[in-house]
Amino acid sequence: MNRKLARLTIPYVIWMALFVVAPIVMVVIYAFTSAEGGFTLSNFTNMEIYGVVFLRSFRLAFVATVICLLIGYPLSYAMSKEGPRFQRLAMVFIMLPMWMNFLLRTYSWMSILENNGLLNQFFRSAGVISLYNRLSGADIQFFHMIDTQGAVVLGMVYNYLPFMILPIYSVIIKLDHSLIEAARDLGANSYHVFRRVILPLSLPGVLSGITMVFVPSVSTFAISKMLGGGTEMLLGDLIEQQFLGGAYNPQLGAAISLVMMLIVIICMWIMNRFGEGEEQAVML
Amino acid sequence: MSKELICLRNLCMAFDDETVLDSINLDIHDKEFLTLLGPSGCGKTTTLRIIGGFATPMSGDVLFDGVRINDLPPYRRQINTVFQKYALFPHLNVFENIAFGLRMQRRSASGGRAERIPEAEIRDRVMEMLEIISLKGFERRRPDALSGGQQQRVAIARALVNRPKVLLLDEPLAALDLKLRKDMQIELKRIQQQVGITFVYVTHDQEEALTMSDTIVVMDKGSIQQIGTPEDIYNEPENAFVADFIGESNIIDGLMIRDNLVQMYGRQFPCLDGGFAENEPVDVVIRPEDIDIVPEEQGQLAGTVTNVTFKGMQYDIIVDFRGFKWLIQTTDHSPVGARIGIKIDPDGIHVMKKSAYSGMFGDYSSFSDEYDELDSAAVPEDPGEDGHES
Repeated sequence: MNRKLARLTIPYVIWMALFVVAPIVMVVIYAFTSAEGGFTLSNFTNMEIYGVVFLRSFRLAFVATVICLLIGYPLSYAMSKEGPRFQRLAMVFIMLPMWMNFLLRTYSWMSILENNGLLNQFFRSAGVISLYNRLSGADIQFFHMIDTQGAVVLGMVYNYLPFMILPIYSVIIKLDHSLIEAARDLGANSYHVFRRVILPLSLPGVLSGITMVFVPSVSTFAISKMLGGGTEMLLGDLIEQQFLGGAYNPQLGAAISLVMMLIVIICMWIMNRFGEGEEQAVML
Repeated sequence: MSKELICLRNLCMAFDDETVLDSINLDIHDKEFLTLLGPSGCGKTTTLRIIGGFATPMSGDVLFDGVRINDLPPYRRQINTVFQKYALFPHLNVFENIAFGLRMQRRSASGGRAERIPEAEIRDRVMEMLEIISLKGFERRRPDALSGGQQQRVAIARALVNRPKVLLLDEPLAALDLKLRKDMQIELKRIQQQVGITFVYVTHDQEEALTMSDTIVVMDKGSIQQIGTPEDIYNEPENAFVADFIGESNIIDGLMIRDNLVQMYGRQFPCLDGGFAENEPVDVVIRPEDIDIVPEEQGQLAGTVTNVTFKGMQYDIIVDFRGFKWLIQTTDHSPVGARIGIKIDPDGIHVMKKSAYSGMFGDYSSFSDEYDELDSAAVPEDPGEDGHES
């Protein structure tokens, strides 16, 4: 019986080997190979010039993750307190943008944030810009929003917020209500119920939410390209350039990918240590 | 008995137009072990939740020490609860679970400031509790590393460490196996006597109720059927429901000829009951162990044995008396098909007024089914009630 069931995993194992393990192995091999095909460490030693890109990527991803957490946790918590109909509806609205193509979503932000975009047109007709000019003594025609780091962070938050909400929400909604009653019974007021019971027990959801927002944010390239205007190069852009762009250098691209992966793994490991003891701490 | 600590006055409650509590009046005395006993859906858990502050009655009052506490939130009541599935905090160890209530407490210090309980005192009080529940050395364990019985005891300690005036227990033993349940019954009673506070205990297990309680409140369909000591409830049931729910009973249609004389099957039996109208129709309860088997010709009634079950201490035999089947518990073996006579002493007969429950219980025609039902009653879950009241 068990052996028969075990056979069902064979396709999965093959799939994993082909499309997960093999690419990683190839990345590792490439990273230690020179353009001529010999072993080299120069891909890594040459990398320090990109230190600023590494820093920027991790900083923006960190900011986006924090913002997602600050929005996502209260939202999930508030949702869990509403009736089931409201919860279903709210879920639909949270998921709705994800049914749209990722690039399309980001493009629409471009036209919103542009110098002559929707937002600036609105500000102009609402008199916000002239008010700003009068107050500050400046003379601007529009707010400069596109092609800034802020726009990139906004894009990250917008695209990845559902990945923060979903895990947190699903942990909170599954909390045993009798635990909350027990805490209230033992003298905890609403604040203490949250601080001592709900928050610690929802930590596993928070941790996986952070992972699921942080990792794609660090490696994104489309968002920075479209909303950062290419001026704020991120790791994703850098890697893309090495493989597909003019700077064609797959060996260096592989090395950067590898270092990024290592840093992300270390970050996640530290974070999971932080939440140790909480069951279900997810490591992605 | 000591003074009343909690008074329930005309409590009514309904969920979705379905009446759950129908005018409950109950006095709970200081330091007593009171059990709310009834089948699932009878309203016992709702009553408990109202006392604990987790549900608000639609009408009626809850008085604590003479003060109305209807709107007082749970954390401001001097009442703590042991929940059905313990509800231990999974992220805290045994020590911190028990200390939880103490860490929440603020008491007024000199100068009117609110002050936390000092760590040393918390430690002492938690250790004292661990001693009471015999779990010393388990402080650092997580709840999921404890057996059901141990979790149970931690839940009790966690509630008791706050020194409440009343401890509410919602079917706390339901999830334990039979042997452990019996041990915990004795343990609970011991703890109650040791800490000397009021326990309000909810169960559907009549044996549990009889073993532990000072007072039993039998409930059904949102109403109190009877309040009394275990002996009262068993020996003098108020109506057919109580008689059937507590222990085994044969309930027979009777006619009260006059005081101390009741008629069944056209025969007259001397009894010790009175206060009925002449020739008033009544329900007669006869406990299976109060019936003596005698040779057919010497009996007050004669019937045919239809079923015999060996129970270890006694035989359970089913005897057909003119179509109505009785359960008799006896140490003498009588083979199936035998004609036997029975004799009942006057104190073995209990006469009850007719009630809405008359004719619903007390016949053992479906003997085997009856036992299946008893077995399933011992299963911890009772989803009917849970679904409503949680």
